[in-house]
Amino acid sequence: MSDVPATLSTAQRLDAFRTMVRIRAFEEKAIELYQKRLVHGTVHATIGQEASAVGITLALRRDDYVTSTHRGHGHCIAKGARIDRMFAELLARRDGYCKGLGGSMHIADFEIGMLGANGIVGAGTTIATGAGLSIRLRGTDQVAVTFFGDGAANQGALHEACNMAAVWKLPVLFVCENNQYALSTPTRDSIGGGSIAGRAQAYGMPGLRVDGQDLDAVFTAAAGAVARARRGDGPSLLEIHTYRYQGHNTGDPMRYRTREEVETWKQRDPIALTRKILADEGSATEAARIAAAAAVEVSAAVEWALQSPELTAAEMVEYVYATPGLHPDLGRRVRVFEEGN
Amino acid sequence: MRELTMAQALNEALREAMREDARVFVMGEDIALHGGIFTVTKGLLDEFGPERVRNTPISESAIVGAAVGAALTGMRPVAELQYLDFAGIAMDPLVNQMAKLRFMSGGQATVPLVIRAQQGAGRGNAAQHSQSLEAWFFHVPGLVVVQPATPADAKGLLKSAITCEDPVLFIEHKMLYNSKGPVPEEPYTIPLGKANVVRPGKDATVIATAQMLGRALQAADTLAEGGLDIEVVDPRTLFPLDLDALLTSAARTHRVVVVHEAVTRGGIGAEIASRITEQIFDELDGPVARVGSLEVPVPYNPKLEQAMMPQAADIVAAVRRVCYTGAGAR
Repeated sequence: MSDVPATLSTAQRLDAFRTMVRIRAFEEKAIELYQKRLVHGTVHATIGQEASAVGITLALRRDDYVTSTHRGHGHCIAKGARIDRMFAELLARRDGYCKGLGGSMHIADFEIGMLGANGIVGAGTTIATGAGLSIRLRGTDQVAVTFFGDGAANQGALHEACNMAAVWKLPVLFVCENNQYALSTPTRDSIGGGSIAGRAQAYGMPGLRVDGQDLDAVFTAAAGAVARARRGDGPSLLEIHTYRYQGHNTGDPMRYRTREEVETWKQRDPIALTRKILADEGSATEAARIAAAAAVEVSAAVEWALQSPELTAAEMVEYVYATPGLHPDLGRRVRVFEEGN
Repeated sequence: MRELTMAQALNEALREAMREDARVFVMGEDIALHGGIFTVTKGLLDEFGPERVRNTPISESAIVGAAVGAALTGMRPVAELQYLDFAGIAMDPLVNQMAKLRFMSGGQATVPLVIRAQQGAGRGNAAQHSQSLEAWFFHVPGLVVVQPATPADAKGLLKSAITCEDPVLFIEHKMLYNSKGPVPEEPYTIPLGKANVVRPGKDATVIATAQMLGRALQAADTLAEGGLDIEVVDPRTLFPLDLDALLTSAARTHRVVVVHEAVTRGGIGAEIASRITEQIFDELDGPVARVGSLEVPVPYNPKLEQAMMPQAADIVAAVRRVCYTGAGAR
């Protein structure tokens, strides 16, 4: 591996643009489905942050691992998950990635190394560290990436994970998506020392602050950290500065920030910035075609997902344990429950 | 048959499992050169090296979380929590991650890992190093909970736990590590979810776990002198619970006492008593009795430490209560 900073080719940028546009189209539709009460629970949208998920995963292989957060749709799509199966999950159908048992916060696709979004802030960081340990023990050159937010930066689990990955020099990439708010709490009220990237120094790992609206900057930083991990030189921490245009989740009144602040960030929208570069490179028509195709794909995906049936209670109980027959009593009680209704 | 201590039997199980399957590795605090504070992992470093016998920082959350990540990606970790009391620091990976990932992922995830930990009072370790917490985990769908009481059971059950496709919390007892018992020379396993009738009897059933098994057997000897023939049953695994074996015994003796070292309130005895009562009420001559620790934190004072815990005399008294009161003889 050379240490010359990696840069994106036009073909890679077009691919990345396609993924970012698909993520945004997916989430805009997800919010619409929530507002129509077809999606229940909650939805945490990553709109505005797409360059982070896409720029990081561009530096990864299919067999690399990713752990994600409650705000995980972008990471799933960027790693290669099918959006029709993701819609089916949000709609609680059996063709969803988790058969409708997990929902938005738990989408996983083990075939592509997507080890799961996670509802607990910071929990994915120790799991990715374990994936890194597994890589080391199996002797492969995979890497494990853990996405987390500025909120998780203050969890004890992250400290334990960073320290463990550092002392064992594991191939783990800690990616903090600092979108400026932990639900309603701004980073100025929660980040001691002011810099998340700066904390890396204490673990003896590189820590880099990255402009998260700049796809190329994210990719270059990721490629360097991934190459380092593959070489066996250990973990890195990237602090990706970005912004979510939506609230924390559907239904957030957003009293903690001004409309002006949101508009200022929108001036540097990662998709618009990438589109401008593509236009400068002579790919404006192709970019427009990609954007139109994403809308069509999303509509078709929702139609497909809505056709999918739901799991029954008798089927549900089969997913608690992997060992067949470990809890036969549960099946008997489901039958009683169903007869009782 | 040769005799081993429980620590030796567990060590042998780990050694065999690591020889049989290269995916098995052990990790935990002070488990490598130090051999674990109760010598369970003694000598494994010499045979398997520091990659597979891995000392960790004092980071219980990362120990369990990393074990989960390794299990999800093709390994079979056996991670040690030095005291089960420290599970408080690792509660998220234990309860929200390893127990639920299979279900939440719609069956995609397989989490074949074992968390070994020891618990219990009797060593003067006071309230933060002596609790019996099995009921916390028994309550959580998705976990397997094992609680061995003899060296032979400890070895055979640990072998089964390591090959189990589901996450297992393997709860040892600190006061049993030096207890000796016969252990077969040749490799064997004991299936998860099978209770053991340790002493057959006809007048009453005493269901007892871990350190309480020995006290239940002592109580049975005492009661035999008074002409009561006591059956003593060790569930060995709490989940899956061998309810059929417990019901069979209870239906034969008609009188049941459940004994555990955990405090009585909300303990597994409550669940066992309810299940027996719900399913074979007509077979019972009286209410199922529970014997557990007093509902106080474990005291440091050695006399008080024993005073809070069930003693053989408490079990004798409970059996006499269920045999001589209530619905009377059948």
